[in-house]
Amino acid sequence: MTGYVATIRVRPKAEIRDPQGEAVAGALRSLGVDVADVRTGKEIVVRFSAEGLPEASAKAQQMGDELLANPVIEEFAVEVAAE
Amino acid sequence: MTTRVAVLRFPGTWSETDFAHALSLVGAEADILWHADADLRGYDAAIVPGGFTYGDYLRAGAIAAISPAADELRRADREGMPILGSCNGFQILCEIGLLPGALVRNRHGEFRCEWVHTRIESDRTPFTAGLRGEVLRMPISHGEGCWVSDDRTLARIEANGQVVFRYTDPRGAATLEANPNGSTANIAGLANENGNVVGLMPHPERCSEELLGGTDGRRVLEALTASRHTGMVSASVQ
Repeated sequence: MTGYVATIRVRPKAEIRDPQGEAVAGALRSLGVDVADVRTGKEIVVRFSAEGLPEASAKAQQMGDELLANPVIEEFAVEVAAE
Repeated sequence: MTTRVAVLRFPGTWSETDFAHALSLVGAEADILWHADADLRGYDAAIVPGGFTYGDYLRAGAIAAISPAADELRRADREGMPILGSCNGFQILCEIGLLPGALVRNRHGEFRCEWVHTRIESDRTPFTAGLRGEVLRMPISHGEGCWVSDDRTLARIEANGQVVFRYTDPRGAATLEANPNGSTANIAGLANENGNVVGLMPHPERCSEELLGGTDGRRVLEALTASRHTGMVSASVQ
């Protein structure tokens, strides 16, 4: 077994409004930064063991599918690397 | 026969004792069951109350939705058991997949704690039988109550009559101003296809006696106990 680190980035789908991003955009503008748009999401970093990179990637994908993202409103991307 | 209701408790649930009290006011018998070993067999209905289960970490209701109680709720749904989710309970039922769509952060970004009016759009559920067209005044208390779905899902649930509660003004008009969170089509609550599972953002348990400033929520619970007498609860099993 090898140690892996998966970085799962979850963000609201393009068609879902992001009030948190809008509030951050407003705050940045109040600082004088000219921003067109802000989208927020979350980054979840998981350390775990697997038999090789394909299994590690499959496990990380499963984490996203089953818990970390809700497909109705969110999309996610996975990056996996050996520790 | 007394209606027996299971009220689920997760870490962070906060409305379970209020529901048990409100159910006692309509003559139902309520047991509060811990989520990890909840056994719904022998009960006539189940309630998933409001709260902030698991601190709303990840998404509202997401972690509760992988509790053993989720499988038990799915099993009970297959048997047609009436299941009601209020507030966080509604979010949990959507996350489990027992109800369509999802509840996201209120469009204006504010937490809203206030009284709202909702019109009952469907009486084909054990919680709204006989109440179609009525406007109920109930409190809300949430930051993530904006219901969303893709357009196909929305069209399907509207066509099927699965929208059960819609935010309206006191006269029953679904205006923009009456919508407290930006929810799609002013949807405050909806049902699954069979009508046995219902979720809503308002809190019926918090308006079940005059002392609390309103009694409209009691009608939802009375509908449940009445449904049992008229056989609607068992009819929904099919």
